[in-house]
Amino acid sequence: MFVLEVSNLTKRFGGIRAVEDVGFKIRDNSIVSIIGPNGAGKTTLFNCLTGITRPTKGNILFTDKYISKLPPHKTAEMGIARTFQNIRLFSEMTVMENVMVSQHARVRYGLMSAIMKNNGFRKKEQTIREKAFEYLELVGLEEYAGDIADSLPYGSQRRLEIARAMATEPKLILLDEPTAGMNPAETSEVMTLIKKIRELGKTILLIEHDMRLVMGISNWIVVLDHGVKIAEGRPDDIKNDPLVIEAYLGREMSH
Amino acid sequence: MKGNRLIVIPLFAALLLLPFKGIQAAVIMFITVSAGLMLISFLRKYRIPEGFNKIKAGLQIITENSSIKNSIIPLMMIAFLVSPIFLKDYYLDVLIISGIYILLALGLNIIVGFAGLLNLGFAAYYAIGAYAYAIANTKFGLGFWPSLPLSAMFAAIAGLIVAVPALRLRGDYLAIVTLGFGEIVRLVLNNWDSLTNGPNGITEIAPPSLFGFSLGKLQHYYYIVFVFVLLSVFIIRRVELSRIGRAWKAIRENEIAASSTGINATKYKLYAFIFGTFWAGIAGILFAAKMRFVSPESFTFMESVLMLSMVILGGIGNIYGVVAGAFILALLPEVLRGVHDYRMLILGIGLVLLMLFRPQGLWGGHYRRNKKCSS
Ligand SMILES: Nc1ncnc2c1ncn2[C@@H]1O[C@H](COP(=O)(O)OP(=O)(O)O)[C@@H](O)[C@H]1O
Ligand SMILES: [Mg+2]
Repeated sequence: MFVLEVSNLTKRFGGIRAVEDVGFKIRDNSIVSIIGPNGAGKTTLFNCLTGITRPTKGNILFTDKYISKLPPHKTAEMGIARTFQNIRLFSEMTVMENVMVSQHARVRYGLMSAIMKNNGFRKKEQTIREKAFEYLELVGLEEYAGDIADSLPYGSQRRLEIARAMATEPKLILLDEPTAGMNPAETSEVMTLIKKIRELGKTILLIEHDMRLVMGISNWIVVLDHGVKIAEGRPDDIKNDPLVIEAYLGREMSH
Repeated sequence: MKGNRLIVIPLFAALLLLPFKGIQAAVIMFITVSAGLMLISFLRKYRIPEGFNKIKAGLQIITENSSIKNSIIPLMMIAFLVSPIFLKDYYLDVLIISGIYILLALGLNIIVGFAGLLNLGFAAYYAIGAYAYAIANTKFGLGFWPSLPLSAMFAAIAGLIVAVPALRLRGDYLAIVTLGFGEIVRLVLNNWDSLTNGPNGITEIAPPSLFGFSLGKLQHYYYIVFVFVLLSVFIIRRVELSRIGRAWKAIRENEIAASSTGINATKYKLYAFIFGTFWAGIAGILFAAKMRFVSPESFTFMESVLMLSMVILGGIGNIYGVVAGAFILALLPEVLRGVHDYRMLILGIGLVLLMLFRPQGLWGGHYRRNKKCSS
């Protein structure tokens, strides 16, 4: 029922309370958005969920297993994938290789198979390629498979990050501002892509600033401010929540 | 041209000269290269070197066209295979040493080029491989072939021992730790008289033998080294093109992203150290068997710098480039023997030209050629 259950999650950097006593639950196959002004602790929350930073306190239960002490490669293996707010591609590798890397924990073989190029190796490499290509098709980058990732335009690089995350075959995918810096056409493409990913049975946790998009796409919204969860609920409830309007939307509108 | 290149390149050239010609020559080198660089950047500004660009384009066609590559490589192989028949001993000797350097550069390239971990003490593992055989042979009467896995293993274990604590550190510190290890190994070899015979080294190391025949002639060494070079290229290339190689490169490109896609970065960095130093061990035993003599002098910091230069010259991360880089740098002192006093200068200028026109190395292909603007 719930893919992810976060409770009492706290992350402090020295005196900074980046995330303070946050808890929420995410239903299977839903789209949940995390919103909040800059510095609210959204990215830090993602880092805790994926094991990139160790939480100061609290529990993270993913598919009924405690994961708050696991390193990133373990959380990835268990089925959590993510993209990064600041693009982190393997820039000098090809687009195809970027996505092939994601099969690392899924299709395994050892040093000897690689050196001997035995049948097992060939079959597994074939599978890796097919899977990688499939995910490039999902985001519409199959034409650029042979290009160096760094040579892609900005919007495509963001989509490549999504393909790479999907290629780890996760249950839960965390998207950290996937439309940042995109024009409206590119943004709506990404939104369509997110819906498609949900149809593939994935659960999505999304950080997104555009309120209209968030309200349109989310099943559930969690609002953070200064590391604290100030509200959560359905889009309609969030829209009318006085605390949210005060702390976030109001501030946004007053600009 | 980036400002820091104006300092880094001359510094590098001067460093190369330092142990050979002393501080004065190094300073002259630094000034000459700096002046040269400034001149070139001045010329570039006024679009004078159109001709240079044509050469550059031609070079790119040759190095990036796979059909040219595919025909050149077998031809070169045949040439190398038959060359002992024609070549004088002197040239054969040079080629054998070049082959050993190729092995070293290929090994170092796994660590520096694939995994992106700086290592400034690679000569240490080379020394361990060489001394493992020297001691096993002279003290325990072990032959070349049974010592071969031993040398490789000792070097790889040393690689592991350095890597476990060193990998907790980041970039610059890793360079310092590996540099320190290189010096420690050399000092131990110099001072552990009972085992290593100190600065005098170990003499009378047996050449390899096969079915009772001694393989002590230059031609024999040539073919043995040749086989090991081919084997290493073959094996390393296959590992590079596997999930292991992809994992290394992913870590090099972005460690956080790599671990978020399921790669155990620490484990794969260790693998890179073990697999890279393994080849240094092989190079070491080949060197000891060929010279039949080892002493700490052969494994100085300058050797480590030379190996790193080979990797950089050819194009970090590219196997064929690294082979070419190692070959050129190993051969260069011999080719320039006639102009002995200036050979380091020529090497420096060569590296400068390289940085200018092929910053990705001679063979490196992955450069940013069609970078599009963000929309
Ligand atoms: N590695 C870090 N070290 C110190 N402070 C950090 C670190 N990462 C984030 N922070 C701080 O934590 C707070 C939350 O940041 P972040 O999670 O990036 O916010 P958001 O993604 O919501 O904009 C900010 O005050 C930020 O400066
Ligand atoms: Mg953020």
